[in-house]
Amino acid sequence: MRVNLTVNGRPQEADDVWEGESLLYVLRERLGLPGSKNACEQGECGSCTVRLDGVPVCACLVAAGQAEGREVVTVEGLADHARERSRSGCATGVRGTPLDEARAWQAEGPDAQAAEGSGLSPVQQAFIDAGAVQCGFCTPGLLVASDELLERNPDPSDADIREALSGNLCRCTGYEKIMDAVRLAAARRSEGV
Amino acid sequence: MDFLRPASWDEALAAKAEHPTAVPIAGGTDVMVEINFDRRRPEYLLDLNRVADLYEWEVGTDTVRLGASVPYSKIMESLRAELPGLALASHTVASPQIRNRGGVGGNLGTASPAGDAHPALLAAGAEVEVASAARGTRLIPIDEFYTGVKRNALRPDELIRAVHVKKADGPQQYAKVGTRNAMVIAVCAFGLALHPGTRTVRTGIGSAAPTPVRATAAEEFLAAALEEGGFWDNGKIITPAAAKRFADLCAAACNPIDDVRGTASYRRHAVGVMARRTLTWTWESYRGARRTTEGAA
Repeated sequence: MRVNLTVNGRPQEADDVWEGESLLYVLRERLGLPGSKNACEQGECGSCTVRLDGVPVCACLVAAGQAEGREVVTVEGLADHARERSRSGCATGVRGTPLDEARAWQAEGPDAQAAEGSGLSPVQQAFIDAGAVQCGFCTPGLLVASDELLERNPDPSDADIREALSGNLCRCTGYEKIMDAVRLAAARRSEGV
Repeated sequence: MDFLRPASWDEALAAKAEHPTAVPIAGGTDVMVEINFDRRRPEYLLDLNRVADLYEWEVGTDTVRLGASVPYSKIMESLRAELPGLALASHTVASPQIRNRGGVGGNLGTASPAGDAHPALLAAGAEVEVASAARGTRLIPIDEFYTGVKRNALRPDELIRAVHVKKADGPQQYAKVGTRNAMVIAVCAFGLALHPGTRTVRTGIGSAAPTPVRATAAEEFLAAALEEGGFWDNGKIITPAAAKRFADLCAAACNPIDDVRGTASYRRHAVGVMARRTLTWTWESYRGARRTTEGAA
């Protein structure tokens, strides 16, 4: 079957989708967006976390057909999503991240200064600066979950952070740095950095 | 495999009537796991995401009619006052990602003895609203809904529309044993609701018998003990002996198995502990509320 959906602000269509296929498979294998990771395939690990109509979900547990006509934000579109959010209200012409750009996306800039204009969202920059990325496999899911937390709650307590990230596993066990990164992103935002 | 996408409840019932083997999928948090792991290859998937009615709830005089697909995160946010036991249970479900998708309809459809909502529904008192194109709507009392391990009273052409849960008329509590707070399938779980209006108590036990069950002997014992001592009126502390007897009767209501998550004897023990604790929490809350309303210092 064919599935039409909006991914990172741009309409996309996927063909020859098997009816039992997950949204995660469509994103990775049909649209060439491997940012969302495929690990447990049972909603345990959170590494496939995406926003579905704004809500964080495990893409591995959404049937492809259920995403028909809906809006998905993946880690590849996170920087753009954050930019749109910060300038919301202003008309900005063309929005969203096209597939070829999303496929070529990579993190740049070892510090906040160098990252000026390099296309990182604040939460992505905070993960780099806090050393919250080890093997990096869980990072995309954690970024999407952290970004959504800070959108909803700009000044989260440690308990709020732990709760919001409780569905994301880090097998390197780098949780302390991840906590640091979310605190850092929140602090920078409150200081208007 | 065919993917059926009804746009309304009537269309969904018609599709289920035409294809009784169709597997309904809403949040997908159970169904997609089975498909991903090749444990299930249904001929038809019946997607209920477009049926907007299933995402709504209505708060009535005595009950809340909770749409089958209302996600757990909404129950936690919006129904904490009306359905405190179910809201607490919802908070123990998996992770935010799962709670954003899963709902009580799926818990009932899967009917796993470990489903987190069941003890809360049993304790509060509930009826499951199911419907079919041929016979219309019927209400199944929650006590008759669970018929075996992962089996329920649904007929092949029926779908779960909503669950009618009694609004709390007293304190409710929920406890669950697992290895961590998030992403845990219950080793066992316990729900308790005090119903001062009828001077009764109800319980629900999860993951400690082939189906979710109530501890009716424990309920009857406690109701009689509270009545006899005039506890509902005098608001005295429940005696340790009565609490222990209640806990023992709850443990005795279990019929657990040994499995990877825990042994049968551990489950029995833990249910007793949870019964005693939730009784203390709810009763202290009842006494506290009584004192406040009577203005005693």
